[in-house]
Amino acid sequence: MNIKFDIEGGNFSSAGLASSEVKRLLKQLNIDIKTIKRLVVAMYEAEVNIVAHAYQGEADVEINEDHIKVVFTDHGPGIDDIDLAMQKGYSTASEQVREMGFGAGMGLPNIKSHADKLNITSEVGKGTRVEIICYLNA
Amino acid sequence: MTIEEIKNKLDLSVFSGQDGLSKTATGGYVSDLLSDVMGNAKEGQVWITLQTHKNIMAIASLKDIAAIIIVKDLQPSEETIEFSNKENIPLLSTSKSAFEITGQLYETFMFAKSTQEND
Ligand SMILES: Nc1ncnc2c1ncn2[C@@H]1O[C@H](COP(=O)(O)OP(=O)(O)OP(=O)(O)O)[C@@H](O)[C@H]1O
Ligand SMILES: [Mg+2]
Repeated sequence: MNIKFDIEGGNFSSAGLASSEVKRLLKQLNIDIKTIKRLVVAMYEAEVNIVAHAYQGEADVEINEDHIKVVFTDHGPGIDDIDLAMQKGYSTASEQVREMGFGAGMGLPNIKSHADKLNITSEVGKGTRVEIICYLNA
Repeated sequence: MTIEEIKNKLDLSVFSGQDGLSKTATGGYVSDLLSDVMGNAKEGQVWITLQTHKNIMAIASLKDIAAIIIVKDLQPSEETIEFSNKENIPLLSTSKSAFEITGQLYETFMFAKSTQEND
C-alpha cells in the first residue's frame, strides 16, 4: 500500500499531520504497536525538519509485508555536512523556531535511534531526501 | 493514579480535555525541548512544560502522553485547547514553576508507590 502526504515548509500549525494519519492507519491495520511507536517518532522528526528547515516537501509511505518505508523529499536549502547534522545538539534552527521548543538538534539522532534504517542524501541549494525503514516485529 | 487524582492532589486547574481525566498516569516527564520529549517520554506519562502552542498536543497525541501540565499560569493557544479536547488529552494549569510542581508530582508518585508496597 502506498500513501503520499504533502508537507508545507514553515507551517508549524499542521506539523505532525502526516505522522498522526500514518499512526491511525497502522493501528487500523493491526501493525504491532512497538513498531508503530518507533516509526511515529522517526516520521515526526523528519516531517518537522521539512517544516522547520525546508520550503516544501512530501512523505511517501510504503506499507509492505515485513517493513514500512517512508521517503521524505523536500525543496529546501539542503544539508552541506550530513555527519555534522547527525550530531546530537547540532542545529541551525532560527531563534523563532527555538522559542517554540524546536532546535535542540535531537531530531536526526531520534530518527537514527528509532528507525531500523536511515539514509540521507542532499544537494545544497536544491533539497534533501530522507529515507526511513522500520521492520515489523523487529 | 488517575489524572483526576493528580489534579486534586496538586491543585491544578483544567483548561481542556476533561474526558481524559479518568486515564491512568504512569509517571512524569519534564522538558521544554520538543525533540527531547519525542525521543524520551513514555506512554502514559504526565508532561510538565512551559510550551503552550499546538505542537505540544501533536506530540502528546503521537506519544500517547496522559496529560500536560503547563506551568507558571501560562496560557495555551486556542488551537492547543481545541486539539486537547479533540484528543481527550487533559491540558492542566498551575501557577507554580516547573521545579515546584515536578517535586510535588514526584512525591505523589513515590507516596502512592510506598502505600501500595505496604498493602
Ligand atoms: N530537511 C532538511 N533540510 C535542510 N536542513 C535540514 C533538514 N533536516 C535537517 N536539517 C539540518 O540538520 C540540522 C539538525 O537536524 P535535527 O533534526 O537533528 O535538529 P533540529 O531540527 O535543528 O532540532 P530538533 O529536531 O531537535 O528540533 C538542522 O538544524 C538543519 O541544519
Ligand atoms: Mg529536527
